[in-house]
Amino acid sequence: MTSPALRAADVHMALGGAPVLHGVSFDVAPGETIALMGGNGSGKTTLVRAIIGALPLTSGSIEIDGRPTSPDARAHLGYVPQRISASAGVSATATEIVVSGLLRGRRLAPPPHAKARALDALRAVGLADLASRDVNAMSGGQQQRVLIARAMVRRPTLLILDEPVAGVDLPSQEVFSEALTQLKAGGATIVVVLHEVGMLADLIDRAVVLDRGRVVHVGEPPHAHGDHAMPGHEHLHPHDDDPNRPGPDTPTFEITV
Amino acid sequence: MEIFTDPLMQRALVVALLVGLSAPVIGTYLVQRRMALLGDGIGHVALAGVAAGWLAGSLANFTQRDALALPGAVIFAILAAVTIERLRERGTSPADVAMAILFYGGIATGVLLIGMAGGTGSNLLGYLFGSISTVTWVDVWITVALSGLILVVGLGLRHALFSVTHDQDFAIASGLPVRALNLLVAVLAAVTITVAMRVVGVLLVSALMILPVAIAQQFSRSFARTMRIAMFVGAVLCVAGLTITYYRDLQPGALIVVLGVFAYAIAAGIRAATQARSSRGTEPA
Ligand SMILES: Nc1ncnc2c1ncn2[C@@H]1O[C@H](COP(=O)(O)OP(=O)(O)OP(=O)(O)O)[C@@H](O)[C@H]1O
Ligand SMILES: [Mg+2]
Repeated sequence: MTSPALRAADVHMALGGAPVLHGVSFDVAPGETIALMGGNGSGKTTLVRAIIGALPLTSGSIEIDGRPTSPDARAHLGYVPQRISASAGVSATATEIVVSGLLRGRRLAPPPHAKARALDALRAVGLADLASRDVNAMSGGQQQRVLIARAMVRRPTLLILDEPVAGVDLPSQEVFSEALTQLKAGGATIVVVLHEVGMLADLIDRAVVLDRGRVVHVGEPPHAHGDHAMPGHEHLHPHDDDPNRPGPDTPTFEITV
Repeated sequence: MEIFTDPLMQRALVVALLVGLSAPVIGTYLVQRRMALLGDGIGHVALAGVAAGWLAGSLANFTQRDALALPGAVIFAILAAVTIERLRERGTSPADVAMAILFYGGIATGVLLIGMAGGTGSNLLGYLFGSISTVTWVDVWITVALSGLILVVGLGLRHALFSVTHDQDFAIASGLPVRALNLLVAVLAAVTITVAMRVVGVLLVSALMILPVAIAQQFSRSFARTMRIAMFVGAVLCVAGLTITYYRDLQPGALIVVLGVFAYAIAAGIRAATQARSSRGTEPA
């Protein structure tokens, strides 16, 4: 029997003293693509940051390929954070940021041909022209694509993405979905946080839905339209038929009174 | 030129050049992490270390009572840097408040300790404002060794240090030894501060790390280039400031920093002007 590519077993977590996850368990089989869903504040990002090792668990365990998460277990992990701007205090070019994706474990310097590989990854997200542009001078969606390229350049076997297509325009989402399809075809395991499956629908094997820190649904991805499998959205209806809508993940919501 | 034959000046120039080159390397990582004021916090604690070393020296009846001042500064600075890093890592107390407490605590402890050692605040002045004109050959060799360490590690590990200061979560996710790298940045910052203290003093030490980076940022869109320009600017500022004080009776540390502030103002002005011109150029008539 092969061990799951990713296993969360009875994960409890607290942030700032307040409990946020209450016993989250699920397995992801090797090569499987999972959508991690749930309303705002349901605990998706918290869980993701525990998987990558950035937050400690209160109790429970997270295993990658049957091993407890450790720097070594993460050497072939790719991660796309949610909505952090790609910028920091000092200007950095898109290429520099993507090259940083080529470090792993004890490899603290980029391998040969790092620049060429970074350029390939940037081309794959449609940013070849902006490779030597300062990311501070890029739009939010362009910055998001730099972060996607930084994760993809690692050729990860386990890819964790936290709302990767939020703010990314439709053509780029298509390019991105194509890149994920290739990665999946190569056998990679993917966990992607989404609010709606949208363009990635064909890729998704199963959805894990969180509500207030608990798993409430595992299986078919819930549909975006009026059902209760997406708790936390009861009062919010996306303008689904508005042609001017910026994109599936930056919906303009209206509050129904 | 006699400035290059005067042994006092030769030593001072070597120290200034090395400090000017190495301080901006660590400064770039600190600015990247938005911890530009870290140097000030550590510097103030280093002053307490100077006084503690002084006290130890006089208790041990050393002929040179400040023999242990520099080791004291190094030890205190490293402790302060590691403490700040721990606080940052846990994210418990707000970084700015912790930093402020270090400022006050460091200076106040320094003044108390130097008093206990039978000295006065004026004994601390050389450390507060720098004393590059009195460096000995021993100082020079210590500076060569420590600046060499900063340059070798700070440049050799630049890709890993960039990753960890740019996006710590991603570095963790990539399996990098993030904690060790963070500690390394903190310790390198502490070492830089004790080295640079000789040139500009603890009150201005952070300026040598940050000003060159701020100037370089006006002209650079990449991290590697920012660091290279900052090193160049740092070296030029330190050597130029020191050279001027050879001919005019001015305080070298203060002059270097004032030159840096001027250079920053000019750089920012040039940048604003070129941006205004290029945006005017692209505007429709
Ligand atoms: N630093 C913090 N201290 C205390 N509570 C926090 C902190 N950060 C987040 N939380 C809480 O933890 C819960 C889960 O947050 P999390 O960011 O994981 O949600 P999410 O599912 O990713 O939401 P979103 O869809 O908005 O990204 C929320 O209720 C939030 O209020
Ligand atoms: Mg989130």
